[in-house]
Amino acid sequence: MFEIVKSILDYEFMRNALLAGVMVSVACGLIGTLVVLNRIVFLSGGIAHAAYGGVGIAFYLGVDPTIGAVVFSLISSIAMGLVQRKTRQRADTLIGVMWALGMALGVVFANLTPGYKPDLMSYLFGSILAVSRFDIWLMLAVALLMIVLVAVLYNGFLAISFDETFARIRGLPVDFLYMLMIVMIGLTVVVSMRVVGLILVIALLSIPPAIAAMFSNSMWRIMLLSISLSILFTVIGLIFSYTWNLTSGATIILVAAAAYLLTFIGKSLWQTKRLQK
Amino acid sequence: MDELMNEQEPVIDLKNIWAGYEDDLILEDVNFKVYKGDYIGLIGPNGGGKTTLIRVILGLIKPLRGEVRVMGRSAQAGRRYIGYVPQVPSEDKIFPATVWDVVRMGRLGQKNLMRSYSKDDDRIVEEKMCWMGMLDYRDVAVGELSGGQRQRVHIARALATEPAILLLDEPTASVDPEASNNLYELLRRLNEKITILLISHDMTAISAYVKTIGCVNRRLVYNRQKEITAEMLEQGYECPIDLIAHGLPHRVLPAHHQDDK
Repeated sequence: MFEIVKSILDYEFMRNALLAGVMVSVACGLIGTLVVLNRIVFLSGGIAHAAYGGVGIAFYLGVDPTIGAVVFSLISSIAMGLVQRKTRQRADTLIGVMWALGMALGVVFANLTPGYKPDLMSYLFGSILAVSRFDIWLMLAVALLMIVLVAVLYNGFLAISFDETFARIRGLPVDFLYMLMIVMIGLTVVVSMRVVGLILVIALLSIPPAIAAMFSNSMWRIMLLSISLSILFTVIGLIFSYTWNLTSGATIILVAAAAYLLTFIGKSLWQTKRLQK
Repeated sequence: MDELMNEQEPVIDLKNIWAGYEDDLILEDVNFKVYKGDYIGLIGPNGGGKTTLIRVILGLIKPLRGEVRVMGRSAQAGRRYIGYVPQVPSEDKIFPATVWDVVRMGRLGQKNLMRSYSKDDDRIVEEKMCWMGMLDYRDVAVGELSGGQRQRVHIARALATEPAILLLDEPTASVDPEASNNLYELLRRLNEKITILLISHDMTAISAYVKTIGCVNRRLVYNRQKEITAEMLEQGYECPIDLIAHGLPHRVLPAHHQDDK
């Protein structure tokens, strides 16, 4: 085991991948907790998939795909957030439409791009080889931004997640906090794109908080535990992916999902046992 | 906040409120005044507009017509004086927050969104938890509490806002009968300091404790009286059957309520 880790750390791309995994885990642990507590996993899935439109358009325009995804994701997340908030009915239908529309735009713009077609699959399923220096800096910036925003607005986020109506009556800027949260999801999704991919990021947002929520009764504990779990899953996933030459994103998610399943079963068994006593 | 208000002025004043949709009216021409010190129970069947009435008072929806004043201001400006106790939501069950966390949310406001809680806040939170008999549960997750206990936590949170009016939506919806009686007894004691308006479909419990009673079913009938009046029934507002069956025998109220106003 030690030999594998040592040989992994000899490669710069692996060091970058681990670094990226840690920073993405920080952002996903914080934002994923808000996603799970606010029950907006579906909306987050929509934001993640639609970001692919930005990748395709960026290719077509010859811009860095990450920048394309950031811009597109900010616009689409605000649009979806407004749909979620303002339409009384059929919000899920509209979000489903935007979800597919974003992906379709990405595919068509990639088709229209002349010449060399880079591997677009890597944006959907992640690719550690593709983590550039710029990506690393962007991840660091986003992770730090999430830490600051969550720390400063913690009470507000907790209040709107627990009881939005009460928060509104108390004069909290509920709509602002909600839209800010949506934009934070959009940014987190884009920086996670390289590590686990746009399709799989939803698992990294939801699985660690879901496990953490089984063991903690405060939001900040769930956040810290989610970050730790996410780092653990990412590192183990990367080691497996390196050892058996598997796609990194998918391997990370399989590790996370297996952990979720085992925790769930373990906890159910333990509870049944406790009830029998 | 008492000095802000003339004693004679209503703390909540609804004038000719129409609400709902033009083709589907939920409230029709509602006129309703709540004065300081009141303890009013409004009853009405499900679907009779109780929730809409609460949302109008809290400025969460705009009425189609009519005017809402809370503490002499618009609903949106006045609602911060209302301690709102929602129907105990079942989502609480899985939410990761302790009793202390939840009651402390009552101290959050427009001005202190970004600052941390002060010693004063903690003292107020502790006091309200003590009033509600929940101090021993401060570190317990809300999800582990019974319906009655969670209701007390929500009342403590509302009290932590130091409100002028306590507004309760179906306070006994998920509470067993004994806990429900305790709850009304508690509210009766709170009423010595604070105006209370509660809205419920469960009229049996209400009628034994509140000072005055009204009925809401599209229209609102309220005459500052202690019992269901013939007028309410005559006007055919289809108040729930148990109101007629159980309401009248309960009309005798404790003597110390009689001298009020």
